[in-house]
Amino acid sequence: MSDASTTKLPPTDAGLTDEGLAPEGRGRVLLIACGALAREILALREANGWSHLDLQCLPAILHNSPDRIVPAIEAAVTQARGSYDSIFVVYADCGTGGLLRAACDRLGVSMVEGPHCYSFFEGNETFAARDEFTAFYLTDFLVRQFDAFVWRPLGLDRHPELRDMYFGNYETLVYQAQTDNPDLTAKARHCADRLGLAFERRFTGYGDLATALGRL
Amino acid sequence: MADDEIILSELDDEELVAQMFDDLYDGLKDEIEEGVNILLERGWTPYDILTKALVGGMTIVGADFRDGILFVPEVLLAANAMKGGMAILKPLLAETGAPRVGKMVIGTVKGDIHDIGKNLVSMMMEGAGFEVVDLGINNAVEKYLDALEAEKPDILGMSALLTTTMPYMKVVIDTMKEKGIRDDYIVLVGGAPLNEEFGRAIGADAYCRDAAVAVETAKTLVGRKHNQAPAH
Repeated sequence: MSDASTTKLPPTDAGLTDEGLAPEGRGRVLLIACGALAREILALREANGWSHLDLQCLPAILHNSPDRIVPAIEAAVTQARGSYDSIFVVYADCGTGGLLRAACDRLGVSMVEGPHCYSFFEGNETFAARDEFTAFYLTDFLVRQFDAFVWRPLGLDRHPELRDMYFGNYETLVYQAQTDNPDLTAKARHCADRLGLAFERRFTGYGDLATALGRL
Repeated sequence: MADDEIILSELDDEELVAQMFDDLYDGLKDEIEEGVNILLERGWTPYDILTKALVGGMTIVGADFRDGILFVPEVLLAANAMKGGMAILKPLLAETGAPRVGKMVIGTVKGDIHDIGKNLVSMMMEGAGFEVVDLGINNAVEKYLDALEAEKPDILGMSALLTTTMPYMKVVIDTMKEKGIRDDYIVLVGGAPLNEEFGRAIGADAYCRDAAVAVETAKTLVGRKHNQAPAH
């Protein structure tokens, strides 16, 4: 039997966006995560040899519809319960206004601390201390999927004149880099240009995500 | 196709208003401005144009947004078209003494720069006959309190898009309580991550899930407030 790092091909971004990722059905702890975190979680699992962790991802595009996150998590936890020793939800609040925390408490499962992945990638304390509310954040995944998550859903492909109604109050696009990848940095800079924002690259690595998963 | 081109000025009033509903729905600002000017030339009052043509059309847009038929980009285009019409009507409304339903001070809370929802609410409230004092974005409690003191509105509206900023609404309401002025105002709150439970928990009078609900809630609560006022 192969180990966790060689079981299958890495998931595609498009698949993670629209479909998510099915669990492999092994390991005693199931991670139910946002598809936008799949590559990062798999990288951490491989680097740390966390073979006790299985990963299931919900479609990352739920990021754009926070009201759909809680029912999706409830369904996934309910379905998987009984097949694992424990379940850990790899979402932060993610715009659910505390409802995801309440649902996890009700279901008896834990979740990642923090308001959203931008915060836990940077480290919740550091992120809060910055208090930079005119920054628009992209992660590695969101840079790769910028058109699917930002440009098209906001209708900017059809109506670029709406750009400043959405982004007029922002000042800077902060690219939170989980990895060192010059191509992604160039793409992120291009995203900033398209939105009419200044650009800043900030290497975060995996931040509090690594800490949270390391405790499981 | 040129053969299908609609000449707005050739439509009768009923057809023109129906066409303006369609044009608002499609976010056609130039056509809305043209329609408004035609109705003005035909002797319509600015108030009738506002309520029957523009607000009527935006009500359909709002309903279809709520039902998941339209999405944010389309609503923004429609709002932009309505804004074009409003810009023509606003000075005329002031001149012609259109009825005023009430007054609202509105702004996004401290740390929150997301003003799309707030702007939609402002516009629809104005369309419904409210005077709106828009404080813009990123408002600290002092700014809200100064505006309440200066403007003496019926309603304070607060908006937030972020889970991290929405608790600030409670800071504002608690400060109003400390100063003994909370019950002098109707407090309405809104924003994507909010819900009714949150609105109740922080002591707001109502959570409004969208601009149309905000208008209806404001009308109801202002009406109730005026009915409760001591008789003279």
